[in-house]
Amino acid sequence: MAKKQVMFTFPQELIKEPIIYNLGHKFKVVTNIRRADVSENKGWVVLELEGEDKEIEAGIAWVTDKGVRVDPVVGDVVEG
Amino acid sequence: MPFATSLRCRKCGQEYSLQSIKVCDFCLSPVEVNYDYKAMAKVVSRERVADGPFTMWRYRDMLPIQGEEVDIGTGFTPLLKADNLGRELGLDRLYIKNDCLNPTYSFKDRAVSVAVTKARELGFDTIACASTGNLAASVAAHASKAKVDAYVFVPASVEPGKLVGVAIYNPKLVTVDGSYDDVNKLCAEIAQKYHWGFININLRPYYAEGSKTLGFEVAEQLEWQSPDCVVAPAASGLLFTRIWKGLQELSMLKLIGPVNTHMYVTQAAGSSPIVHAFEAGSLHVHPVIPNTMVTSIAIGNPADGYYALMVARQSGGGAQDVTDEKAIEGMQLLAQTEGIFAEAAGGVAIAGLKKLVDAGVIKRDQLTVVFITGAGPRTQEIVANVVRPLKIQPNLESFSEALSISA
Repeated sequence: MAKKQVMFTFPQELIKEPIIYNLGHKFKVVTNIRRADVSENKGWVVLELEGEDKEIEAGIAWVTDKGVRVDPVVGDVVEG
Repeated sequence: MPFATSLRCRKCGQEYSLQSIKVCDFCLSPVEVNYDYKAMAKVVSRERVADGPFTMWRYRDMLPIQGEEVDIGTGFTPLLKADNLGRELGLDRLYIKNDCLNPTYSFKDRAVSVAVTKARELGFDTIACASTGNLAASVAAHASKAKVDAYVFVPASVEPGKLVGVAIYNPKLVTVDGSYDDVNKLCAEIAQKYHWGFININLRPYYAEGSKTLGFEVAEQLEWQSPDCVVAPAASGLLFTRIWKGLQELSMLKLIGPVNTHMYVTQAAGSSPIVHAFEAGSLHVHPVIPNTMVTSIAIGNPADGYYALMVARQSGGGAQDVTDEKAIEGMQLLAQTEGIFAEAAGGVAIAGLKKLVDAGVIKRDQLTVVFITGAGPRTQEIVANVVRPLKIQPNLESFSEALSISA
């Protein structure tokens, strides 16, 4: 089993959608939220995903496709 | 004697031993080095610092390392009184911290020197980074000096010419056929899979500490005082936060008085999530997709963005973005007033400073230090249009004619 630590950033129109709940149901991925902040305009969630690599990748692709931005939890690592 | 005691999560306070670590296991936030400042204060003095080498390693007591430093001669770069530029902008006490003059021509040498020293202490025989220029060169150079292997990951879109300053040190240069975002994600995964010292990932807490020396040096060069205003460019936000931390530590150690410095962060408008957050009064730095030619500071999801935002707010400072066009004007103004050819990030700092002065935010009599963090030649193509020579034939007549036309 692999683990991946990521940050989801939700645009305003997706804030009310149960995307993390659905992620855990559509894919064999355990979602473990560590930090989050959701306001009426935007929301972000820092979480750990656990599962088989393929399931995690497919889950992230699905979430991205829904319009959620997915970033590594360490921030951008490509520096100038 | 080393005074670093542990790593501590910046959000939840969880402590860890001095190891390589990416983020806090509990809340997935960044961790930073924690010191025994009481013990440090008994040893560190202005005299002890002054007796040290004329490099960043004169502050060794305040850095988290134990072994022999991997030093290529970094630091103690000039702090220049910039009278010409000051007159142009309307500042009587303007100084430039010229960090172009490090061995690989940017401030990254400070951070990398500490990170590679720590990597060797922790037993890594391979170090790595992902970069489009300055960081790559610095990591490769330090790997040569430390005699360790280095992997440098670069987006395939980076022009081959830019990689000469990296390849000369003979690291394992890997170009990744994907977008900037793809390289980001890949490197985060590689860092997890391979037991390497990834300079700005699992060695990031140590990497960060090297940048404090910029704050130390400026205070020492100002005869042990902190400036009224600091203006610095930001990408990940790490440098900006560590200049502040450096000043705070000196004050805590009673090497300088209380710090009343206003910290101003500057970013390129096409990649300015920290400035956006400051202006919006937000507590969170929302990632953006960078769209700027100022590639050395084009980071859309800054790892230290939140902390840079806090420093700007808590110090009574501010945040300023500038367009690419203004950044280039800033480069030219700096070169043509003070004789310093900075990279575009320096142009962002100068143009940002100009806007802050024009708006009356920074006042004429305030002692202001602007940080120039990297040299221009690595990315000189962005100002290629400054080359407008007088074209003449090889005779005096032609020269005289050209002279009269241009006069």
